[in-house]
Amino acid sequence: MSSKYDVLVIGGGNAALCAAIAARRGGASVLVLEGAPKFYRGGNTRHTRNMRCAHDAATEILTGPYAEEEFWEDLLRVTGGKTDEVLARHMIRESKDILNWIVEQGVRWQPSLGGTLSLGRTNSFFLGGGRAMLNALYLTAERLGVDVEYDAEVTDLVIEDGMFLAARLKRPVNGETEIRATSLVAAAGGFEANIEWLKQYWGEAADNFLIRGTPYNRGSILKMLLDKGVQQVGDPTQCHAVAIDARAPKFDGGIITRHDSVVFGIVVNKHAQRFYDEGEDIWPKRYAIWGRLVAAQPDQIAYIIFDSTVVTSFMPTLFPPIAGQTVAELAGKLELDPAALEKTIAEFNAAVRPGTFDHTVLDDCVTEGIMPPKTHWARRIETPPYLAYPVRPGITFTYLGTRVNREARMLMADGKPSGNMFAAGEIMAGNVLGKGYAAGMGMTIGSVFGRIAGREAAKHARN
Amino acid sequence: MHGTRILDEADRLMTVCNSCRYCEGLCAVFPAMEMRRAFSDGDLNYLANLCHSCGACYVDCQFSPPHEFNVNVPKTLAVARAESYAAYAWPGALSGAFARNGLVISIVAALSMAGFILGFAALHDRSVLFGVHTGPGAFYKLMPHNAMAALFSAAFLYAVLALVMSVRAFWRDIGPAVSGRADGGSIFQAIRDAGELRYLHGGGVGCYNEDDKPTDRRRLYHHLTFYGFILCFAATSVATLYHYLLAREAPYPWWDLPVVLGTLGGIGLVVGPAGLFLAKLRRAPELLDDNSYGMDVGFIAMLFLTGLTGMLLLFMRETAAMGPLLALHLGAVFALFITMPYGKFVHGIYRFVALVRYAQERRTAS
Repeated sequence: MSSKYDVLVIGGGNAALCAAIAARRGGASVLVLEGAPKFYRGGNTRHTRNMRCAHDAATEILTGPYAEEEFWEDLLRVTGGKTDEVLARHMIRESKDILNWIVEQGVRWQPSLGGTLSLGRTNSFFLGGGRAMLNALYLTAERLGVDVEYDAEVTDLVIEDGMFLAARLKRPVNGETEIRATSLVAAAGGFEANIEWLKQYWGEAADNFLIRGTPYNRGSILKMLLDKGVQQVGDPTQCHAVAIDARAPKFDGGIITRHDSVVFGIVVNKHAQRFYDEGEDIWPKRYAIWGRLVAAQPDQIAYIIFDSTVVTSFMPTLFPPIAGQTVAELAGKLELDPAALEKTIAEFNAAVRPGTFDHTVLDDCVTEGIMPPKTHWARRIETPPYLAYPVRPGITFTYLGTRVNREARMLMADGKPSGNMFAAGEIMAGNVLGKGYAAGMGMTIGSVFGRIAGREAAKHARN
Repeated sequence: MHGTRILDEADRLMTVCNSCRYCEGLCAVFPAMEMRRAFSDGDLNYLANLCHSCGACYVDCQFSPPHEFNVNVPKTLAVARAESYAAYAWPGALSGAFARNGLVISIVAALSMAGFILGFAALHDRSVLFGVHTGPGAFYKLMPHNAMAALFSAAFLYAVLALVMSVRAFWRDIGPAVSGRADGGSIFQAIRDAGELRYLHGGGVGCYNEDDKPTDRRRLYHHLTFYGFILCFAATSVATLYHYLLAREAPYPWWDLPVVLGTLGGIGLVVGPAGLFLAKLRRAPELLDDNSYGMDVGFIAMLFLTGLTGMLLLFMRETAAMGPLLALHLGAVFALFITMPYGKFVHGIYRFVALVRYAQERRTAS
């Protein structure tokens, strides 16, 4: 393996592979350094399942058109305007072509999965899921002649005057080495698995966070780049976080630990008190807020409480619900104060007004006279057994990143574009996502900016 | 909790998979799973027999080993499938034949072949057994046609009876997720799905065998084996009709229908099983059910032997080797038939029945 490449890609997920493939197709010699072992390659891409791309007409797998403007409006709504409009619109425009380009790289689409009908028009699903998508990208990259190293821990970057010169690498067997390249694509993800770093912003609460992806997303490349003069973008406290089962493993529980049952019951904290309108909006639109809501509760724990009448209304879950024949028995099992839980449920039940329940629309089942209200799908919790899922914040990815321009070129602290450094994927997601999340956006950012970064990096290397 | 450790594990996995569902586009197992929220023994045996062991869900799974969730659907369902054959075997007293199947098949095959050789030798002197016989009725100088037909009909009918009884128990156990009857449409759909091995295809790219690169080799070899078997069966059936309806006695000339069908089928039965055996040798160990190795190889070997002895008989039927080769060929076929209900052959029957159930569930649900 030669130690001088045209393009060095650090990272091994969707963004990194799209960059590597695009650079190789652009005529460059390419090395991919993946910090994880082969099985865990690909960072969060392992756990993804779909991508949000604009398209003007229905396709074989998408039920209708999703215009650029509608995509933009969705992005504007979830971020509350915290986005870079020029970059975001550029990404949305490019996403249209990604639908075809990614298929040319061996990735296969399928219609939206069972239980995800609400995404059938906007999001294209990977046949076999994110790891299948990754496998296809790796096979294509290797066939094209991209070199890939696993367990490749980058320990330092040599950067002078905004120019990347070399990466220092610690290999598991051959020890320290230096790899020079004409261009760098940093696609090494966020720092969500770095609990110490999370603690800088969240304090001790971060000890109670569960990380939905691999333990390898430690943000070391992001930190090196920021320390060496690349301009920072994004609020370090912002991340994509959802409520996941408290019984999930600390790392890499992935999709199957999530709960989509919030709208069917109530959510209480460790004092058995409700704290937010569970019926505010339809899943999955409000799915992404519950991670942060639970993170703000004492000990970062909460409990979704419902009764036996709604068990079949949501997807089957990995962990079974905890059950009690009485509210008090359930409270005992959850180690909540039985009297407090009985009071909360009694007050909630008394506040429920009659309505016609329909979980597919914003129905008219509401509460009256309690705070917080439940503004849709409010039904009394009264048919034993009483059931509960304990939930904690599940951190998917962080938004702190490196600022880039339309060429995916990193900007230095003084605002000047770097000569040869590009970034793609979660490491620069904060440019587009100031806060909030909509399903499939992370993969859009990865594929679109990965492809751009690879193309531009190869172009730079050839000149 | 289920009756066996492997069904408990299959239940655990289906609970994991049902809360993920990424694999639902790969094959029939996962859509069938999604129609259920809880899994009876029958449900799990149904899913196990729907699985064609293409391996795609293992390669695609983010939770396969070394992940702590330890999700290995192909291997778990392979073990459950093998155990289901024994669980539904008729008569139940013979279900133990599955446990050490390779040994059982080898012994039965050896005894059967030896039986024909010794039988021929006892009934005829050396000049008949090692003589050169040609022209119509040549084979029947060694064994009268009616005796041959009676013996093989009995073996065949026993196999059919045992299979029907086993499959009946299986069908009753795998109740549909949605009520409805298996109609002609479901059966036709299942014939198509089985005939093209639709689900031995990794959702479209091929199946996984020795590494993470999909190929279509196993599907090709299985097609050669299956259609080879069907052609050989057709050859025998046509020959039987010739004998009784047209009073034309074997051996037939090389261009006649039974020989053409048998030759093509024989080639399939030699090449197909050989390819499947090589694929099995190279298969990634994490996908293999070690305990059914004997059963799988035993069945492959029996098919290969049937094809090989048949082809040799065709080429050497006008020489002195005809007598011994006929004995070997008849021995192989006899052993193949009587062990059918107690070996890997049943995989095709159970899988077909599971495909009928699946087609029925799909039609009722949509």
